[in-house]
Amino acid sequence: MDLRFTDEELAFRDEVREFFRTALPDSIRRKMIEGHHPSKDDLVTWSRILNAKGWAVPHWPVEWGGTGWSPVKQYIFRDELQQAPAPEPLAFGVSMVGPVIYTFGNDEQKRRFLPRIANLDDWWCQGFSEPGAGSDLASLKTTAKREGDFYIVNGQKTWTTLAQHADWIFCLARTDSAVKKQEGISFLLIDMKTPGITVRPIQTIDGGHEVNEVFFDDVRVPAENLVGQENKGWDYAKFLLGNERVGIARIGISKARLKRVRELASLERIGDVPLIEIPRFREKLAAVEVELKALEMTQLRVVAAESRREKGKPDPASSILKIKGSEIQQATTELLMEVVGPFAMPYHPEEEGRNEPIDGPDWASTAAPTYFNWRKISIYGGSNEIQKNIIAKAILGF
Amino acid sequence: MDFDLSEEQRLLKDSVDRLMADRYDFESRQRYAKEPEGWSKELWSAYAELGLLALPFDEAHGGFGGGPVETMAIMEAFGRSLALEPYLATVILGGGLLQHGGSEEQKSAYLPQIASGDLRLAFAHTERQSRYDLFDVGTAAQRDGGSFVLNGQKSVVLHGDSADKILVTARVAGSRRDRDGIGLFLLDANAPGVSRRGYPTQDGQRAAEVTLESVRVDAENVIGNPEGALPVVEKVTDIAIAALTAEAIGAMDEMLKLTVDYLKTRKQFNTTIGSFQVLQHRSSEMFIALEQGRSMAMFAAMMAQEQNAEERRKAISAAKVQIGRSGRFVGQQAIQLHGGVGMTMEYKVGHLFKRVTMIDTLFGDADHHLSKLAETGGLMAA
Repeated sequence: MDLRFTDEELAFRDEVREFFRTALPDSIRRKMIEGHHPSKDDLVTWSRILNAKGWAVPHWPVEWGGTGWSPVKQYIFRDELQQAPAPEPLAFGVSMVGPVIYTFGNDEQKRRFLPRIANLDDWWCQGFSEPGAGSDLASLKTTAKREGDFYIVNGQKTWTTLAQHADWIFCLARTDSAVKKQEGISFLLIDMKTPGITVRPIQTIDGGHEVNEVFFDDVRVPAENLVGQENKGWDYAKFLLGNERVGIARIGISKARLKRVRELASLERIGDVPLIEIPRFREKLAAVEVELKALEMTQLRVVAAESRREKGKPDPASSILKIKGSEIQQATTELLMEVVGPFAMPYHPEEEGRNEPIDGPDWASTAAPTYFNWRKISIYGGSNEIQKNIIAKAILGF
Repeated sequence: MDFDLSEEQRLLKDSVDRLMADRYDFESRQRYAKEPEGWSKELWSAYAELGLLALPFDEAHGGFGGGPVETMAIMEAFGRSLALEPYLATVILGGGLLQHGGSEEQKSAYLPQIASGDLRLAFAHTERQSRYDLFDVGTAAQRDGGSFVLNGQKSVVLHGDSADKILVTARVAGSRRDRDGIGLFLLDANAPGVSRRGYPTQDGQRAAEVTLESVRVDAENVIGNPEGALPVVEKVTDIAIAALTAEAIGAMDEMLKLTVDYLKTRKQFNTTIGSFQVLQHRSSEMFIALEQGRSMAMFAAMMAQEQNAEERRKAISAAKVQIGRSGRFVGQQAIQLHGGVGMTMEYKVGHLFKRVTMIDTLFGDADHHLSKLAETGGLMAA
């Protein structure tokens, strides 16, 4: 047992860190530090910088642009990226539909979609949740009826993140309603420009527009856009959701935010005393750091065990990463809001082209919206309560 | 980055696990507790035969050169079985102080005796006023030619009643809360002027109140620099904390196992109570607390050997915070989920709960270490 990084891993970390230091455009880094959402253009720019370096999709098979790095190096890369802090490549493409396509798709689909995902030529969004299918995802009602060489899709998806930018959506749709609910679902790739698709924004409590409703009204999807076998979509969805949990601890993001909290808390003063020197505050901060260190070690245990695990079988321990990772990220947003104090109050909606001055210190305006927005992370990707069900069943054997 | 045990470590772990499974079921443990010393001499010999008592010492002194990872494997097994023997007091603390602070002569004289099971030690540091501050030492050591004369009182000396020799911190110079001026002395437990009052602890172990009245210690029994022993004391207590975190993990793991087994068999409302989601979720939360603790026990084992003392102390404090919090949650929930049965003295889970509760109070509880960590700039600033 040696929990230290090897010299080679340390050299790799330095290389990655140096690349992020020099290659990430300053305007994007600034936005990330200050808690603003990167724009579509920012993400495209950054994804193409990564892709040009050959680092857009490190975890993919080498023949499709992967790097062949060990799980530990993959972890280091992600951790450094988050701490830069740089935007993460669009998960719907590189972490969700990409792995489904290279694992279950046919050669034509791989050739057609994978390079465009890596370069963010295609912006993907996720068509899973429906108004009546959240945690009970398999009860989804959107239908896809085969007619000749097409599927005719009807129904509604919701919580579709960044669908307003999307070129493509990957969807779960019911192709057989006569069988058990999990056995009649198929996985379809749908061009967002197809007639019959309507995207309607949902404003969230932070005032932002990240999620949408997507309506399908007799949308004709070429049958060649079915991934794998008809009615096997649930298996692919479980595979996708398992992958989603692996990176979900986002330890680097919490590290970056705690660093920010520490910096700002040494600027803010209560009387003459910097907030960071108030024992109550710094103990609260230290307590979060301890939890984060524990989670980092847990994450590394999962990473180290990865090479021994059967391919495509997620580690049920990754449910810990989801639960603690989201709790800790949320705790960091609370700390940040506490640092900001009264200047958490003014509301500045993030609108394109807005250039009025901010009321209060310019770093204060994102604190409350981030806190509000990040309540989502214990809900999405399988709510924390669902994760506890998974631990109870898959690990404790209830 | 490698979380696996080496082949040798695995063999060690298997043999300790087997020994404890064969000879340390709960009924045996309760029987051992009634023996005159409060623990089993027979098991102590078995530990010696397995080489456990020699494990952390240099090969030159009859040891096996084992590190914190080997200690972790042993302590986890001891935690699971609620072992009563003075392993921490003798091997980790006493042996550790000699190994890290003693002269070549002292090591040659005593480490082989510990290894063979013939010498038992205790470490006396706590005083009525000191709480968890190792540097708060009022016990006086007055120079008298080449020797020292000790006066003072030490409290909660783990296994102090059955020890053959006692290592004592005492102040040679400076005022009570100075970091400098502290010496470490090795006393014969029956030396003139040493009086001991042994008593049981809440977790079924033993401790003693030790009073020192004009106890003479010769130069050959001074451990290290007589005015600069604190760094060694801190280093060895950090190693001991790492060992305790592993023991706590063993105990927590056993509590979770007993609890889950109980939920799967206990029936109410015509069904096993483990079918209720509220209890499944609570069990999942116990599992998370346990695994977060286990991660930090591993971190502590890794950092116990860190050369940079400040980094080491921060890491050990962080681990103690996590273990304190995880232990409290897992322990309280284990009792709660067992219901009335968990409250009874005849059932194991309550004893495990009491042990992890007492581990929190050893060498600084979660709050003590959190405030130490916060004062020194936190973990991430590192």
